[in-house]
Amino acid sequence: MKRKTRRLWLVIACVAGLGAAAGLTLSAFSSNIVFFMTPSQVAAKVPPADRTIRLGGMVVAGSVHRERHGETPVNSFEVTDGQAAVTVQFEGILPDLFREGQSVVAVGSMTPSGGFAASEVLAKHDETYMPKEVAEELQKSGKWDPKFGPPPNAASWNAMTAKDAKTSSRGS
Amino acid sequence: MNASPTFMDRAGALFHRYANPGRFLKLGATLQPWLTWPAILLTLCGLGWGLFFSPADWQQGDSVRIMYVHVPCAWLASSGYAALAVCAVLSLVWRHPLADLAAVEIGPVGACVTATCLATGSLWGKPMWGTWWVWDARLTSVLVLFFLYLGHIALIRAFDDPQRGYRAAAILALAGAVDLPIIKFSVQWWNTLHQPDSITLTGAPTMSHAMLWPLLVSTLGFTFGFAAIVVARLRAGVMEHRIRSLLTSPRRGTSVNATLAESGAQELAV
Repeated sequence: MKRKTRRLWLVIACVAGLGAAAGLTLSAFSSNIVFFMTPSQVAAKVPPADRTIRLGGMVVAGSVHRERHGETPVNSFEVTDGQAAVTVQFEGILPDLFREGQSVVAVGSMTPSGGFAASEVLAKHDETYMPKEVAEELQKSGKWDPKFGPPPNAASWNAMTAKDAKTSSRGS
Repeated sequence: MNASPTFMDRAGALFHRYANPGRFLKLGATLQPWLTWPAILLTLCGLGWGLFFSPADWQQGDSVRIMYVHVPCAWLASSGYAALAVCAVLSLVWRHPLADLAAVEIGPVGACVTATCLATGSLWGKPMWGTWWVWDARLTSVLVLFFLYLGHIALIRAFDDPQRGYRAAAILALAGAVDLPIIKFSVQWWNTLHQPDSITLTGAPTMSHAMLWPLLVSTLGFTFGFAAIVVARLRAGVMEHRIRSLLTSPRRGTSVNATLAESGAQELAV
């Protein structure tokens, strides 16, 4: 291969790589800049039943119903953003992090009855990282119930270690 | 007004001083152990602390320990590209010869940490989120950063005349720097599956101190490691560059062997 051709191909490869990068960006940013819709957005403008959307929000405490139809688990739960709630139906295994009060993203489409049929459920965890003992202590002392929302202001507990949690629970 | 020109003069003198590769080689040789040893010690401490002695997360359990590799790599992926952009400005505006050589050496190291960041993120995402990959703004913009690194690596080596490659790659590095704020703010601007930052400049970290400290130590260790690898590669690059220019010099026929031997002896002494 002549030097010129090699150079030409390298330049073409670069341009193709950049083009792919830019294309991916554009495709991702045109339809996916917002990764999910919130229940109030869905309530304001109901998307057509044939369109696949992602619905994101918090699982409402006490709304989770799990059944088994033969081998497949059938789940139904409500997802809320504080203003509106949508009932989600999902057949399959939920991710480990799924619980009441957890943020989730459900992929699927609206049903004519106003519910949401999900083909996939993803769990979204928040930016809080907390040792188990601290979380248990906060729950025991009644400062926080994970079923009803995010943990309290981090400044109140982020210096707490497992040891502190144990001593304070022994004291109380 | 009296102080500022003196400062500028001094900064300019310092800046031009290391345009001389020989001076840089001396500085690099002094700097190298001060980068390499802290890198090894801090990384071992941080990873040991994080992987074995820090507490597990209340909901993620032990999977949270991927963080002690993922976060330093993510930080270095962005910082490395910012360093490329700085080199690009130095190269385009001042034609600083060391900046061009540095850009050649930073690229592959940055691409490696970005690949590690993406891989560890994917391994973390599967058990926690329930998926290896989603096209949300944070993940996509980091993938774009990886492609930018690959493009830079290919472009800077694509020309027979290295100067043309340096210039083209510098333009790419500058253009690609647009991606850095997109990565940083993607989690605030748009709904993403990726959670927002736990450590911010403005607020208290939303992370237990028992996890924060090992993360900081490990990040510092990785950063020293990145710098140590780049400086080592840069020193090798400068020597390689010298040898190549000696071999292609017009005096080649007469005294190249003597010059090469002399130069080699100098390098070894350094």
